Amino acid sequence: MTVAIRVIPCLDVDNGRVVKGVNFEGLRDAGDPVELARRYNLAGADELTFLDVTASSSDRETTYEVVRHTAEEVFIPLTVGGGVRTAEDVDRLLRNGADKASINTAAVARPKVINEITERFGSQVLVLSLDARRTSDPSIASGFEVTTHGGRKGTGTCAVAWAKEAAERGVGEILLNSIDADGTKDGFDLEMIRAVRAEVKVPLIASGGAGKPEDFPPAIEAGADAVLAASIFHFGPKDMIAQVKQAIRDAGYPVR
Amino acid sequence: MAQKKVVVLDYGSGNVRSAVRALEAAGAEVELTADPEKVMSADGLVVPGVGAYASVMQQLTKLGALRWIGRRIAGGQPVLGICVGHQIFFEQGVEHGVKTAGMGEWPGSVERLQADVIPHMGWNTVRPPQNSKLFAGIEDERFYFVHSYGVQKWEFDVTQPAMTPPQVTWSTHGTPFVAAVENGALSAVQFHPEKSGDAGKRLLANWLETL
Repeated sequence: MTVAIRVIPCLDVDNGRVVKGVNFEGLRDAGDPVELARRYNLAGADELTFLDVTASSSDRETTYEVVRHTAEEVFIPLTVGGGVRTAEDVDRLLRNGADKASINTAAVARPKVINEITERFGSQVLVLSLDARRTSDPSIASGFEVTTHGGRKGTGTCAVAWAKEAAERGVGEILLNSIDADGTKDGFDLEMIRAVRAEVKVPLIASGGAGKPEDFPPAIEAGADAVLAASIFHFGPKDMIAQVKQAIRDAGYPVR
Repeated sequence: MAQKKVVVLDYGSGNVRSAVRALEAAGAEVELTADPEKVMSADGLVVPGVGAYASVMQQLTKLGALRWIGRRIAGGQPVLGICVGHQIFFEQGVEHGVKTAGMGEWPGSVERLQADVIPHMGWNTVRPPQNSKLFAGIEDERFYFVHSYGVQKWEFDVTQPAMTPPQVTWSTHGTPFVAAVENGALSAVQFHPEKSGDAGKRLLANWLETL
């Protein structure tokens, strides 16, 4: 009788199309985010995350349209990130059908935007997307540094301290992505999850490094409440969500 | 059977689009409006709600909607509250030490949950009573919750034996809390049926059947 561990596929959307591609058999249009959202919903996804990797603001309109169409057909929570800078951006996403927005660089640049967004829409609406990497910089106590721009820029800020501050400012969840583990398929950075878990009470979504179903239970053991991944779902067998859930269930954690 | 007409109360509360679409998918004819005539004449009224208790009560008060909701309940016309739209039917909400009076249809206070991880976010199980209409056929399903506050103590005292007591569904996050109440024309759920996939759609369809 506890809340289930959430399994969340992440779709990168560029100008209305899913980039990176997918491997679903019989999918009419592998690049259509709405079609994919529908597929993942049927496959048992507990939530969906769209990451808008669109560069220009004119293309952003297309993303709103994708969100709108998805929300009309898929009745599970939908988070949208990428390019969120202000409460107005969040407002537009919500009006187009998103349930939550995720914020990254803009919050690092101006932390107060977290207060502005959550005071207006509630904590449940905002996910802090935190890209962290390991560092040997002695001034960063936890050994994990906040990065921006997809991990390319260091900030000199301690990831644990930032997670704590963001939670105090009002974010309802933290999406913790390990830049070092991302793409390795060697498993999650468990030490990073433990370090952040020890300091924050808001739900923690682990991301980065998942290569097989067995990689997921250790992340939960380390303190994650939810797990997010992209390529393992896009390129794996089409029952990968079920396989991941089975692995989590076998390890003794509840899943839907 | 004629399609049931449902109004989703439009008072500036977050993402209500999904509620409209999910009710349509469950078979209703839905309108998002705050027109008093339509609110009063609909077969069913849905009161959504996200964010802070105080601001939801303030917005409903400003619109005059509390009176319409109260009249519907008094007249036995069905109302369904969702999330903060569920919480407002209790006596009061306490957020950040600030007490806000609710509609007081049921006794009890909405207070911060006691759990290791807050908000309570995700799919949880529920414990509906026997003969629950809302949860018929979906008793063992999980529903999507997202909230930090809840009613942890049900204080309804049935002093008149002739009265039918409300049916209370519980869930647990840290401590037990009220996940749903079915009380004559008034029903309310703490979770989001419009975000709870097929189980949520079924719950909405069950509610539509009672209209």
